[in-house]
Amino acid sequence: MHRISEFVVGLLFGLGLMLSGMTDPSKVLGFLDLFGAWDPSLMLVMGGAIAVGFFAFAVAQKRTTNFLGGALHLPTSSQIDQRLVLGSLVFGAGWGLAGFCPGPALVSMAAGQDKALVFVVAMVFGMIAYEAAQRFVHSPKQPRDTK
Amino acid sequence: MTLDWTHFTPGTSLAGGVLLGVASALFVLLNGRILGISGILGGLLPAKVGDGAWRVTFLLGLLVSPLVMKALAPADFLHTPRIDASMAMVVVAGLLVGVGTRYGSGCTSGHGVCGLSRLSPRSMAATGLFMAAGFATVFVLKHIL
Repeated sequence: MHRISEFVVGLLFGLGLMLSGMTDPSKVLGFLDLFGAWDPSLMLVMGGAIAVGFFAFAVAQKRTTNFLGGALHLPTSSQIDQRLVLGSLVFGAGWGLAGFCPGPALVSMAAGQDKALVFVVAMVFGMIAYEAAQRFVHSPKQPRDTK
Repeated sequence: MTLDWTHFTPGTSLAGGVLLGVASALFVLLNGRILGISGILGGLLPAKVGDGAWRVTFLLGLLVSPLVMKALAPADFLHTPRIDASMAMVVVAGLLVGVGTRYGSGCTSGHGVCGLSRLSPRSMAATGLFMAAGFATVFVLKHIL
């Protein structure tokens, strides 16, 4: 049952991205062009999504399990740290360069757009590189050879 | 600031947004998960044992959505997306989005939709910052360079 809902939710999310205009980078950049001719459409995308999401999360936060009986995986961290700040700034800069964020890029790739495919390959490479760098930084230090 | 009325699409954008909200709502209520694309994808690179299947199933649904849309919507309903960025710019953008979303633990969906819906202070900060960085980047590209 939960496998079906995962698939259907992914499908609905993709349809929502296309319907809303989020999969059109020129539209996204029209929203990010605050000092030019500004297209406020994306405010309505966010507003519509949050209007529904707000009630769902209010319900979820009062529960200990999901409605299919499984665990609820809700974030617990509330710290606004350097990682959050720098990461979000880097993401925003990349978003503004091409007008793609991760979801719309995946959907556009699946729709057969070559630039979206290149974006996704670069994005996945960036994610793997980040993961590898994390492991390198946090790996336990090798004991020094004291011979 | 001037408003771009010709490209303003309040109806479809609001409807699409509601659909994104419904998907996020179903995901947390039925699967107990935050619908955050960068986190779901990043968790597969590499996947931990027993934590991969739900990610793959979700992503498959996402990836078939253009086919379903094509079947459902009339041909002239969706205009063709326009990508102005050059190939080189697309590569740089992809790298920044990949690194930034993992470092900042989320993107437009996880922080922007789910996080703001949960009234999470972290996500409010993240969303404010990535939008500000997006505004600044487009300002530099369109009005300075």
